[in-house]
Amino acid sequence: MNDMTPTREQREANLEGMGCKRKRVEDIRFTQGKGNYVDDLKLPGMLHGDFVRSPHAHARVKSINSDEALKVPGVLAVITAETLKTVNLAWMPTLAGDVQMVLADGKVLFQNQEVAFVVATDRYAADDGINKVQVEYEPLPVVIDPFKAMDADAPVLREDLAGKTTGAHGPRKHHNHVFEWTVGDKDLTDAAFRKAEVTVKEMISYHRTHPSPLETCQCVCSFDKIKGELTIWGTFQAPHVIRTVVALIAKIPEHKIHVISPDIGGGFGNKVGAYPGYICAAVASIVTGKPVKWVEDRIENLTATSFARDYHMTTEIASTKEGKVNGLRVHVLADHGAFDACADPSKWPAGFFNIVTGSYDFPVAHLSVDGIYTNKAPGGVAYRCSFRVTEAAYCIERGMDILAQKLGMDPAELRLKNFIKPEQFPYHSALGWEYDSGDYATAMRKMMESVDYAGLRKEQAAQRAAFNRGETREIMGIGVSFFTEIVGAGPSKNCDILGIAMFDSCEIRMHPTGAGIARVGSKSQGQGHETTWAQIIATEIGIPASDIMVEEGNTDTAPYGLGTYGSRSTPVAGAAIAMAARKIKAKAQMIAAYKLEVHEGDLEWDIDGFRVKGLPEKSMSMKDICWAAYNSVPPGMEPGLEAVSYYDPPNMTYPFGAYICVMNIDVDTGVYKVRRFYALDDCGTRINPMIIEGQVHGGLTEAFAIAMGQEIRYDDTGNVVTGSFMDFFMPTAVETPHWETDFTVTPSPHHPIGAKGVGESPNVGGVPAFSNAVNDAFSFLGSTHIQMPHDYWRNWRAAKNLGVFA
Amino acid sequence: MIPGPFSYHRPATLADAVKLLSTLGDEARPLAGGHSLVPMMKLRLATPEHLVDLHGIDGLKGIRRDGNRIVIGAMTTQHELLASDEIAKSLPMLHETVLLIADPQVRYRGTIGGNVANGDPGNDMPALMLTLGASYRLEGTAGARDVAASEFYQGAYFTALEPGEILTSISIPAPAAGHGYAYEKLKRKVGDYATAAAAVVLTMSGGKVAGCAIGLTNLHETPLLAAEAARCVIGTSLDEATLKKAAAAAEAIMSPAADARGPVEYRKHVGGIMVTRALTRAAGRAS
Ligand SMILES: Cc1cc2nc3c(=O)[nH]c(=O)nc-3n(C[C@H](O)[C@H](O)[C@H](O)COP(=O)(O)OP(=O)(O)OC[C@H]3O[C@@H](n4cnc5c(N)ncnc54)[C@H](O)[C@@H]3O)c2cc1C
Repeated sequence: MNDMTPTREQREANLEGMGCKRKRVEDIRFTQGKGNYVDDLKLPGMLHGDFVRSPHAHARVKSINSDEALKVPGVLAVITAETLKTVNLAWMPTLAGDVQMVLADGKVLFQNQEVAFVVATDRYAADDGINKVQVEYEPLPVVIDPFKAMDADAPVLREDLAGKTTGAHGPRKHHNHVFEWTVGDKDLTDAAFRKAEVTVKEMISYHRTHPSPLETCQCVCSFDKIKGELTIWGTFQAPHVIRTVVALIAKIPEHKIHVISPDIGGGFGNKVGAYPGYICAAVASIVTGKPVKWVEDRIENLTATSFARDYHMTTEIASTKEGKVNGLRVHVLADHGAFDACADPSKWPAGFFNIVTGSYDFPVAHLSVDGIYTNKAPGGVAYRCSFRVTEAAYCIERGMDILAQKLGMDPAELRLKNFIKPEQFPYHSALGWEYDSGDYATAMRKMMESVDYAGLRKEQAAQRAAFNRGETREIMGIGVSFFTEIVGAGPSKNCDILGIAMFDSCEIRMHPTGAGIARVGSKSQGQGHETTWAQIIATEIGIPASDIMVEEGNTDTAPYGLGTYGSRSTPVAGAAIAMAARKIKAKAQMIAAYKLEVHEGDLEWDIDGFRVKGLPEKSMSMKDICWAAYNSVPPGMEPGLEAVSYYDPPNMTYPFGAYICVMNIDVDTGVYKVRRFYALDDCGTRINPMIIEGQVHGGLTEAFAIAMGQEIRYDDTGNVVTGSFMDFFMPTAVETPHWETDFTVTPSPHHPIGAKGVGESPNVGGVPAFSNAVNDAFSFLGSTHIQMPHDYWRNWRAAKNLGVFA
Repeated sequence: MIPGPFSYHRPATLADAVKLLSTLGDEARPLAGGHSLVPMMKLRLATPEHLVDLHGIDGLKGIRRDGNRIVIGAMTTQHELLASDEIAKSLPMLHETVLLIADPQVRYRGTIGGNVANGDPGNDMPALMLTLGASYRLEGTAGARDVAASEFYQGAYFTALEPGEILTSISIPAPAAGHGYAYEKLKRKVGDYATAAAAVVLTMSGGKVAGCAIGLTNLHETPLLAAEAARCVIGTSLDEATLKKAAAAAEAIMSPAADARGPVEYRKHVGGIMVTRALTRAAGRAS
């Protein structure tokens, strides 16, 4: 051996495989302003479309007059519902089984609803045209408060559903009712409550908010009349789904539709569904024969495309006097706005909200959800969330704190007492899920020790005493949150979108010189797939990650995938990648055996190649095998080294974590200060710790924003009052707290590499930690629950209502 | 968020600018840093047909001492105010307040003239100018005139500026040596306008307040001088009871709008707190 022979450690490091803090390869272009986003695309002759929108929340559209608009220089067309009717596209199906107006058809149902689409030679002319379109409205009474939507005399919103007593998810019981969804054993649960020693009940609201990615929703549609082909570049989190939806509703053969998602500037659930802008741009391109670009502005994004949450959760917990829970009952009033435009797996009208039993061993539980219509923007999407998991985690984590308060128990102790125990996994929950793995108590104790939980409680007691003596106007809150997520949608036995099973896919092609390309059905919007997917392959087949190019987002080249949302990429696509890599490795082993003139079984894997058992100097590197695959394969074997894998996961994965927030609040102004935030995540096997940390930082920042002020608020007449970043709370680095991160590792037993997904955990677990901190701060003054968001004036109001200024 | 059509003019002299504005009439607007005007145009809340950019005019920029006054050219940017030793030395309160305006990007473009001329009750400079006893020089076809900041603001976005007039400079009397000052601003985040803010300049003598002026931002459709509140602290050592009285007197003249920052009652309540905090901090700085 000469000195140049790399050591095992060097060979290992050279791969930059799983567990390596590999720097993000996509950042090389992003940090130099060399990304390629939809709005960067400029095609010859490209036109621009933009919307006339409704100033009213509910009104009849008496007439639309485009004459003056068409006189504006540069304006070429004004598309209305009447135009769309000629191609049967005035309405479109939603992913949730409802239908949605593309353009106002007879009436408008929310402020800023799309009324007409003005197409012009440039964006300025389009906007000048918008101001000249004359729309005559007759205002109608509005329904904004979800609790009034099902009053007997509530205005009828959806006239198109008149007489329809059954919707996509069963019977409708009122003209503003969308669906009712129930899970669990009602009788057993009611019985548990009748026998319970202690019960608590609270209406816990998760307010309306918005994913608000940096880049808004946008597309360029280009219809080639000669070939009959439609190409759509768009901000799509799920490009293949968009292709299929377009094929179904526009009746264009699917092979003639090309959907391309270039670089995407954040999605967070905002870019899963289909929006009127896409349909209108496509129709406009078909009509004009030119490419048409549609780019949403910030106000349009916040007010019209896909809000999240607006869940009002009446939560009841039954327990013994000692704090052992024995029943959970939840009723949800789910405000969907004007159309049910959730982007959940089709059979799940309330997503996976039945994960609401959380990390606790509830013997029985019952859940019912009523979806309703109001005069607000349609949705609601999963904002950094696996389909209503954020709502469920908030519901149970607030609920457990409220129970602890009633019992006079420490909230951490109450949780420890009720955790599902490691030996109970796989655990079957009362509401129907099979949790794959977990060690909750270990994670919880590690968190408590790391922050000196007992010391914090002592400090809080002293602070409260000082407050009571009038020595300080600050109160201190400690917010504990222990969440369990359900991610990785999902197994075909229970998950589909419009009938398409929610598998994911990967195709790997190794080139002769030992480099390769992996094409994957997921689509990164900032998650760093180009970095991490290559790391999985590196570890699996021993080729350095830097020699693997990852490509996503082009439906012509990528294998069919269901896209990226709901923390599904690592659990589903990540598994497909590992499985495709293993097919490569299996073929490689046959080639190596042939070349080394031994039996396949005599070979063993060694970091970056195969070696003969007992004869380590007889070996063949993966790089050399790639070469051999193209010129000297065993007789009878096809040349080449490629593999495709479609992965239908056997189960979901269940990441979990223990978070804690320490906060002080000045009761005079309501101003809060987050003193400390510690987040321990267990996402199973960790592919890239640096990317995990980045995901946790980002998700916690969103959780902070949501809990402490970020909301889409309407006034009584249906005007959005938080429609720009002036009022929609988007924290800057200055407001954002410092994050401490930590981890435990409990691999998923059913996932090929044991990984569970982490992108959404911090949003799911973060919100209850912040809200519990605020509620904990006020609890000694006699409050049990204060609704989010906890912005300054609401904190002041809480203090005032508790008699602090008396 | 796309502005309507407009023409752009860039005169080289003040006289040309004044002439342009007066001949183009109501549909023309001066353009300074554009950080209030352009957002309004993007929302089409303002639709001027002509923009008269003041950047080409020499002599509208700069900070100079004129005897006992500090004179600041209208086109001086907020960033330049922060970088100025003269301001740091003579008007430390202006320095403190400018730092609370938005973020560095806005401050690189935004001018002091645009900030005070805009008439937006949310802007921080106007209440400060009232508190400091500043006056504005306005120049139009009829010549130049000086208007006290306290006479300038008439309503939200309504000021004493006549059509065609340009605000060319701001003149501020140097505060007394040993004065105490503070600007207390409650905002939700960087880049936000005040939920409530209070400016205080005071002098102390023998542990008691000798002179005091209090200004209020975003608590009324115009910036306010809280004269009664200032009066009731004179001759006191700012004890608890006096601070309460001052806050109450200030709250009595506030009439903020309810908005996403909070309801009226909250904004007045924190307005009072900003006054007490500014008084306390200013007193601590006075010698
Ligand atoms: C995100 C953001 C946050 C902000 N936050 C704050 C804040 O917290 N506090 C604060 O005080 N300001 C804030 N601002 C406003 C900022 O300070 C502006 O720059 C300032 O208000 C206006 O100055 P300008 O030079 O940009 O004026 P412009 O926008 O160019 O002009 C404003 C108005 O004044 C008129 N005008 C300008 N100059 C003159 C002149 N010399 N004579 C006559 N009329 C004139 C214009 O015609 C126009 O009507 C913020 C702005 C932004 C974009």
